[in-house]
Amino acid sequence: MTAYILGRLSAMPITLLLVTLTVFLLIFVGGDPAVVLGGDEADRATLQRIRAEFGLDRPVPVQYADWLLRVVRGDLGRSMRTNQQVSVEIGRRMVPTLQLGVLAVAISLAIAVPAGVISAVRRNTIPDYACRLLATLGISLPNFWLGILLVLGLAVLLPWLPAGGYIDPFTAPLEGLKTLLLPAVTLGMGMAGVLTRMIRSSMLDVLGEDYVRTARSKGLVESVVVLRHAMRNALIPVVTVLGLQVRTIIGGTIVIETLFALPGVGRMLVDGFFARDFPLVQGVILVIALSVVLANLVVDVAYAYLDPRIRYA
Amino acid sequence: METTVHLAERVARYPRRAARASWLIRFLRRNPVVLAAAGALAVITAAGILAPHLAPHDPAAQDYSALLTSPGQRHLFGTDHLGRDLLSRMLFGIRVSLVAGLASVLIAAAVGLTVGAVAGFWMGWWDTATMRVVDALQAFPILVLATALNAVLGPGLGNTIMAVGVVYAPSFARLTRGQVLSLRHREFVEAARALGMAEGRVLVRHVLPNILGPLIVFASVSMATAIQIEASLSFLGLGVQPPTPSLGAMLREGYPYLESASWWPLLTGTLLAGLILCLNFFADGLRDLLDPRLQGRR
Repeated sequence: MTAYILGRLSAMPITLLLVTLTVFLLIFVGGDPAVVLGGDEADRATLQRIRAEFGLDRPVPVQYADWLLRVVRGDLGRSMRTNQQVSVEIGRRMVPTLQLGVLAVAISLAIAVPAGVISAVRRNTIPDYACRLLATLGISLPNFWLGILLVLGLAVLLPWLPAGGYIDPFTAPLEGLKTLLLPAVTLGMGMAGVLTRMIRSSMLDVLGEDYVRTARSKGLVESVVVLRHAMRNALIPVVTVLGLQVRTIIGGTIVIETLFALPGVGRMLVDGFFARDFPLVQGVILVIALSVVLANLVVDVAYAYLDPRIRYA
Repeated sequence: METTVHLAERVARYPRRAARASWLIRFLRRNPVVLAAAGALAVITAAGILAPHLAPHDPAAQDYSALLTSPGQRHLFGTDHLGRDLLSRMLFGIRVSLVAGLASVLIAAAVGLTVGAVAGFWMGWWDTATMRVVDALQAFPILVLATALNAVLGPGLGNTIMAVGVVYAPSFARLTRGQVLSLRHREFVEAARALGMAEGRVLVRHVLPNILGPLIVFASVSMATAIQIEASLSFLGLGVQPPTPSLGAMLREGYPYLESASWWPLLTGTLLAGLILCLNFFADGLRDLLDPRLQGRR
């Protein structure tokens, strides 16, 4: 297991370096950052001042090395707009995003595990068709469209839940959960669709295995065969899909947080773009990319731990 | 001699083509959802192409005497907050979505196919280098990278297409590389080499035509998500800018009127969701049709 983890870790430094390089170079894609900051009408003197102020007058490799050294020390710079430490702001805005993400994953699992298992056990019956159709809809419908429908149904027509805003569930649990419920369902439905399909096909594979037949031939009740023998093994590949979904969930928060006026990292990124707050944007994107790399690592290790065939392969 | 071969090839191909056509018809009959999706897609595409002829009003014309009019005889789908005819705007919005989806997938496929094919066929340092870059780019959520690129490139349809195209290129590169890798030492490729064919020609004439199936399927799925990303970027205010009618931007403008003029976001969103749903169903059908592993089961 240690050898597997070390092998997996050895490939990471280059990926991480390329990730930081991509994040750093992003601000140069649109042309001279000084012009972007100063506007098209800025004169030479203004541009010179902006370049000197933000260190843009130095060669790009020097700027990158300097930025990277600061990042390694945990210093993501200061926001151009608020002059606050970017790392502090990200830490503060990460709270609603994490709450949203965790709730979305919980909701998607609560839907997908029973739906996937029922779909496989009752293969080619009406419940199976219904689950498959819902899964396809969950995957295919744009999440902001689903969000708009939910707001119309549960906030406008039936005013049960707030259409937007945020209350910290740790200070007011019930009200807080109410503000997070619609965005979390919106974000979780796509993932529920992917997971339902995955669990269904994984369950179908497992239900055909010899050990399931053995369990049945021992005279075990069908529910014990399905839940204790089949489902436990069928859920192993789901770990991988969950890991891959971290990327989708983080991407989805950008739109969902804007739609529901949630003060999370996704909305901070969009606001940062509009304000041309480069240090903030670079900081947020870097943290997001590092979270994805870390999530993938955790998933690979967890998968190897759960399925010994991986680490001995 | 050449004519004989040519004729023989045509004769040999003829029954295959006929069989393929009847097989396609049988497939569509057995998959009514795919057939319905393809039909709906054809109607939506035709409506987009013929938008200038079908639109009852100028999509940018403002009518201050008819602000937020509900659907009726004069305006079939109602009007927006500036009195613009929503049906006309939606018809032109389809064009933007389709152009954005098609163009960005073409860019992604062109870049990804070239990079991935060269990496998978010749391996070596180019393969190591490009796959490291692909790994790094795939660490970013697609929407985050597309948003970032669109924001730094600036708003507008062209930049949105470029941003979405760049974001999807790594996935095409990885898929192409994997497919090429699986074929590069197959017997028919080795046979072409043994006949003295140049490596580049082997790749283009023998390997690439055999990986088109999975690539076409992936391109059709990507087109659905590319349209969704364009709509998301426009919804965030970063993509297509007003007064150009884009379905995402129309949803952004209409969302605050969800209570007072619900038809506006509802109709726009239904069209967008329908378009994406049809493309997804169509892509699913295409996968069943082109996946050689599934063909034996039919």
